[in-house]
Amino acid sequence: MSSQPENDWIDLLRDSRDEVIPAWTSVVEATLAGRMTTSELTNDIREIFDGLTAGDGRGSDIRAAAYDGLRALVADLGRTRARQGFSPTEAAVSIFALKTAVLELLENRADLAAYQAFAKLSRFVDDLGLYMFETYASARETVIAQQAESLLELSTPVVKLWDGIVALPLVGTLDSARTQVVMEALLQALVDTGSEHAIIDITGVAAVDTQVAQHLLKTVQAARLLGAECIVSGIRPQIAQTVVALGIEFGDIHTKASLSDAMLLAMRRSGLDVVSRA
Amino acid sequence: MTTSPSEASTVIEVRADSDVVRVRQSVRDFAMAAKLSLVDQTKLVTAASELARNTLVYGGGGEARVRILERTGVAGVEVVFADEGPGIPDVDLALTDGWTSGGGLGLGLSGTRRLVDDFELDTAAGEGTRISIVKWRR
Amino acid sequence: MERIPILRIGNMLLVSIQVDLQDHTALMLQDDLSNRIVETGAKGVLIDISALEIVDSFIGRMISTTAAVSRVLDAETVVVGMQPAVAITLVELGLTLSGVRTALDVDRGIRLLSRGIDDRARGGDVIRDDYLAE
Repeated sequence: MSSQPENDWIDLLRDSRDEVIPAWTSVVEATLAGRMTTSELTNDIREIFDGLTAGDGRGSDIRAAAYDGLRALVADLGRTRARQGFSPTEAAVSIFALKTAVLELLENRADLAAYQAFAKLSRFVDDLGLYMFETYASARETVIAQQAESLLELSTPVVKLWDGIVALPLVGTLDSARTQVVMEALLQALVDTGSEHAIIDITGVAAVDTQVAQHLLKTVQAARLLGAECIVSGIRPQIAQTVVALGIEFGDIHTKASLSDAMLLAMRRSGLDVVSRA
Repeated sequence: MTTSPSEASTVIEVRADSDVVRVRQSVRDFAMAAKLSLVDQTKLVTAASELARNTLVYGGGGEARVRILERTGVAGVEVVFADEGPGIPDVDLALTDGWTSGGGLGLGLSGTRRLVDDFELDTAAGEGTRISIVKWRR
Repeated sequence: MERIPILRIGNMLLVSIQVDLQDHTALMLQDDLSNRIVETGAKGVLIDISALEIVDSFIGRMISTTAAVSRVLDAETVVVGMQPAVAITLVELGLTLSGVRTALDVDRGIRLLSRGIDDRARGGDVIRDDYLAE
């Protein structure tokens, strides 16, 4: 047998274009359970199919320059699937289903050469699938990073309680990165609103560790440099105990049991008194 | 994966008071180009200011080299200070909080180290000092 | 040679630092300020640093020393307008400028100083520090 070009599967695909594309599409479609229309899928698949069969003698290395166009298509597919929220399996099937489609086609033929070509195609499709998966994974990471960032932004609700008094109600788990972002937002709010008093309410915070306590302390010191005073309110008994057990110096931070106590203190410091009219 | 910086590095001679200001301005430019947050820019510029003054006062002058780095897709700014002064005799002591060889507030190196992500110090008595600092984009 | 202008407003002195400070400019300002306090008999000094993008240990020390010197000369110093990023950096650096009073802006600085000056004029030289100092 004379040596065949590495991508002799190209003729195999070309000869059965009208059968492979629908078969490929239907295998993919079955896994996606109606989340994409048949025509969308057919378009995607036709593009990749045409990219695969675009030229002869391009070898078996998908990283070769000859496959630049194909790789771009596949990378785009990986990114799109990641953004659409498809699972890794669902994304991978888009490419690997080609093998199923071609194999179904060959089942009715007793053609050794075609099976040999299929073996090569199979290796090539594996490489292609892995390549798509890389772009899928990195696109997913980007999505996750963006979500984490927008969550951080969501979780910095600095609210104005009174003229010159702002409050930062903290809820959930405070890690070092989040505490830092939140504290920067608080200091900026003090300057932007011209407030001399800040209340950091940690009623909704599950736990405070040494690092978070350090950040709280630093924020109080930084606020003082700006010309503002902080009060920390809503320290739960367990947190008070941890703080003491960890030996964290909280001495420099003014604390109050509840947000309303802190509010009262901040108002008094602003020269205001709350009087009952009853 | 570490790739070479996309932009050329800048070298600033540190021989006079006004050079400390030039180092600050150059580091600020690079920090902005690397898209560091405002707080991180300020920390890096402040650290560079401290080290530039050390280079001038204790090292008898030297140079500062600023460039943008990239590590696993994350940009950072590196500043390297080098002088051929007397060196630091006791590095551990110099990095202790509160230590100062005089004149300062005793925050010198330990405070500066807290402002940056990477801090490397090479020194030998009589052979000068080389300090490299990096701040990575968060 | 660069010199930072010192303005007199009533019994207060106002300094607004608008340039990236060289060390010797900072030292000169420190000297100029103590001279002007004595010349004018000022009771308060406002240092506006809202335009400063960084405060390193040298400038921080200049501010602390100025505050201490002016106190000896019977004048209170208030630093106004520090930027949040600068404050965060100073704290990380380990400089909390203890003994230096601060205000968000010039307006509030003037109010803070006037209160202190009035109190001292009433006899005691105790400044109402009930919550500002810990």
